[in-house]
Amino acid sequence: MRPTGRPHRTLIGAAVLALALAACGGGDDGGTAAGENGGLVRASWGEPQNELEPANTNEVQGGKVLDMTFRGLKRYNPETAEAEDAVAESIETDDQQTFTITLREGWTFHDGTPVTADSFVNAWNYGANIENAQIGSYFFEFIRGYEDVHPTEEGEEPTAETMSGLEVIDDRTFTVTLNEPFSLWPETLGYSAYAPLPDAFFEDREAWLRQPIGNGPYRIDTYNPGQGMTLLPFEEYAGDDGARNDGVELIVYTDNSTAYTDLQAGNLDVIDDIPAAQLRNAEQDLDGRYINEPAGIIQTVSFPLYAEAWQGGDAATIRRGLSMAINREEITERIFQGTRTPATDFTSPVLGEEGGYDEDLCGEVCEYDPERARELIEEAGGLPGGTVTLSSNVDAGSHRQWMDAACNSINNALGDTGACTVTPVPTFADYRNRITGREMTGMFRTGWQMDYPLIQNFLQPIFYSTGSSNDSGYDNPDFDELVDRANRADDEEEAVDLFREAEELLVEDLPAIPLWYQNGIAGYSERVDNVTLNPFSVPVYTEITVN
Amino acid sequence: MGRYVVRRLLQMIPVFIGATLLVFLMMYALPGDPVRALWGERSVDEAQIAAMKADLGLDLPLWHQYLNYLLGLLQGDFGTQIASGRPVIDVITSALPATLRLTALAFLITVVLGVGLGVIAGLRRGGKTDRMILFVTLLFISVPVFVIGYLYQVFFAHNLGWARPTVQDPTAWSQLILPAMVLSSLSLAYVARLTRTSVAENKRADYMRTARAKGLTGRRAVSVHLMRNSLIPVVTFLGVDIGNLMAGAIVTEGIFNVNGIGSAVYRALSYREGATVVGIVTFMILVYLVVTLLVDLLYAVLDPRIRYA
Repeated sequence: MRPTGRPHRTLIGAAVLALALAACGGGDDGGTAAGENGGLVRASWGEPQNELEPANTNEVQGGKVLDMTFRGLKRYNPETAEAEDAVAESIETDDQQTFTITLREGWTFHDGTPVTADSFVNAWNYGANIENAQIGSYFFEFIRGYEDVHPTEEGEEPTAETMSGLEVIDDRTFTVTLNEPFSLWPETLGYSAYAPLPDAFFEDREAWLRQPIGNGPYRIDTYNPGQGMTLLPFEEYAGDDGARNDGVELIVYTDNSTAYTDLQAGNLDVIDDIPAAQLRNAEQDLDGRYINEPAGIIQTVSFPLYAEAWQGGDAATIRRGLSMAINREEITERIFQGTRTPATDFTSPVLGEEGGYDEDLCGEVCEYDPERARELIEEAGGLPGGTVTLSSNVDAGSHRQWMDAACNSINNALGDTGACTVTPVPTFADYRNRITGREMTGMFRTGWQMDYPLIQNFLQPIFYSTGSSNDSGYDNPDFDELVDRANRADDEEEAVDLFREAEELLVEDLPAIPLWYQNGIAGYSERVDNVTLNPFSVPVYTEITVN
Repeated sequence: MGRYVVRRLLQMIPVFIGATLLVFLMMYALPGDPVRALWGERSVDEAQIAAMKADLGLDLPLWHQYLNYLLGLLQGDFGTQIASGRPVIDVITSALPATLRLTALAFLITVVLGVGLGVIAGLRRGGKTDRMILFVTLLFISVPVFVIGYLYQVFFAHNLGWARPTVQDPTAWSQLILPAMVLSSLSLAYVARLTRTSVAENKRADYMRTARAKGLTGRRAVSVHLMRNSLIPVVTFLGVDIGNLMAGAIVTEGIFNVNGIGSAVYRALSYREGATVVGIVTFMILVYLVVTLLVDLLYAVLDPRIRYA
């Protein structure tokens, strides 16, 4: 044993610890308050899940930034959802398969370099290549040569660097050849995955990611991951939808009720998510500065058509009965406080009549009629096995509550308290695994958020026999044929009509029953005006004015 | 002393490995596949999922993944986020300053107010002030921190307008005062009560009578003799409390929107970013281990009778 030296007399241990920790906390005290920022619009934000590359963003928070910092060939009109030319001067085709794209003059990136045909072709080739692990790669699957840069079999290596369907003619012209005719393809080009990328991206990706350079109405001024981002208007912006404010400050909120508190306290100007508990009072609290309108999101309940019990004509009748047994009006009002709108077709009201939305398509099948529902189900020999389950992940979005309500509604209609039972799955990831593994036996929730405001996007991926998200295993050759014909159609109107015809088959077969459209909600402060939501329920930041 | 420290440091290794292994296993046991979940409701090509997994080493057996993780840690590599591709260490270092500031401020409040109130109460045991302090601290202990948080927010920010309801700039100390008050309320109450008991007991000790008898002033007897003896249990508590404060900051950070470790871990959990969760928890474990060692060493400073060898 070795004696230790006698310690200092007057040390008070705790104080030492406190000082040591305070020192770790960093010395830069105050001074940098972000308070007075003049005409900046302060908006709530969430940390984007993925890097802010155009083809690697599939969630709304990253999408907000891309919408401000990038412009593609087309842009969706925030009001009408129509695809209008942005960087594109013209997109021409004779056969609905090969498109010649001409760019407008005068577009530049935030670093001053011009937007050329190469900016698009390089960006698309980058986005499609499997080696770049871009989540939105599938947007390029229509382009010829996609399989060569993005093989579908596990473990396969890409056999090419670039897609053969893309060809640069000159600085302002390039051609795109698709795998098969797709008449509405030009209308998809407003999606952010198709944005151009500057040379700076390919020269030094790491540096670019720290401060992305685009060609949109705003340029990124500062970006602190996990904290926020400041965007300032891009002076040389060539589009006609330039910023009407002095910039936007996006502030990261982990909890939407905190953002709501800040909005009420005047520390925040725009929020696009209102906590469920506050919805009832939001309209009043915010004195009408509240938006609640249908967005491009539809919730449906799908059936496992791959299971024997759900095949055949009787099963279709049962599905029809189940659809009529759900009281959509009451559930959207009581549980969602009016932030869902009962669905009457398989698309979304944001498409508009011309785009293929049909208010009466589903007709009585989507209307609540408990007696008829009971008749139909009894007529068809009752529920398979006497009961039916309803399943969803329950880690978000009040799924547990509406499932209980929907099952109650069915049970009441059938006069049997055990007819419908809820099977909750704890996490979304697990739930999707079960669906893609085709393990479902009863009804299961399926939601679809559109990639672009086109009727094609609501039908083909979900109900085409080989559709990428055909969770129910629906396979109807007539439906497929109508979709094929629609894609070959000469003009947009004809295409939309054919898609609508295909959609009518869905009402007959009911591989899924439409529940409701999800609404976009937003609230804003007295300090700002002209707050609107675009078809993707993202605030149109460029239009917002500061008083 | 040196040997003692070395031995303690060596003892940390199994604790560290065991704790990281547990968290690692728990993250792994969660159902679902975080890579697949990136695509949401869309079915995706298996090729890309496989490629991403191979890239991140998520296709290896669990023991191998853990081994890779440990080996990476030894080289200061906390892993990479699945979705964003950001190194986890970046996530931690960008979130840490806010949490450290908040914790430091809360700790300071705990020490100054807690010990101060405790000494006052202890010296006047049974008096009005004492009873008052006991009542207030009882309140702090029994009301959950999120209730206190929202109450303070409504009262100080909305009704009185003295502070902002949320933290907009975590580098501004003035904005952190309100959340720090909330965060420290529970520890403050414990520290005050602990100090009070200790002081009240030691006040009657023989050495205090001796100190007075040899002519020391009351102030000197209290600040040197009484305090030093009374602080030992308090210091133990404070040491462990640093870890608790950092962990407790998760709730407080949520209420006041401080984008620190708490919100980072919350996000990571909801996205199932295993490496990030394990990384942050590992970091917390390290803080706990180091602080408990420091506390043990401080005993010797406070009480010369304690020796380490």
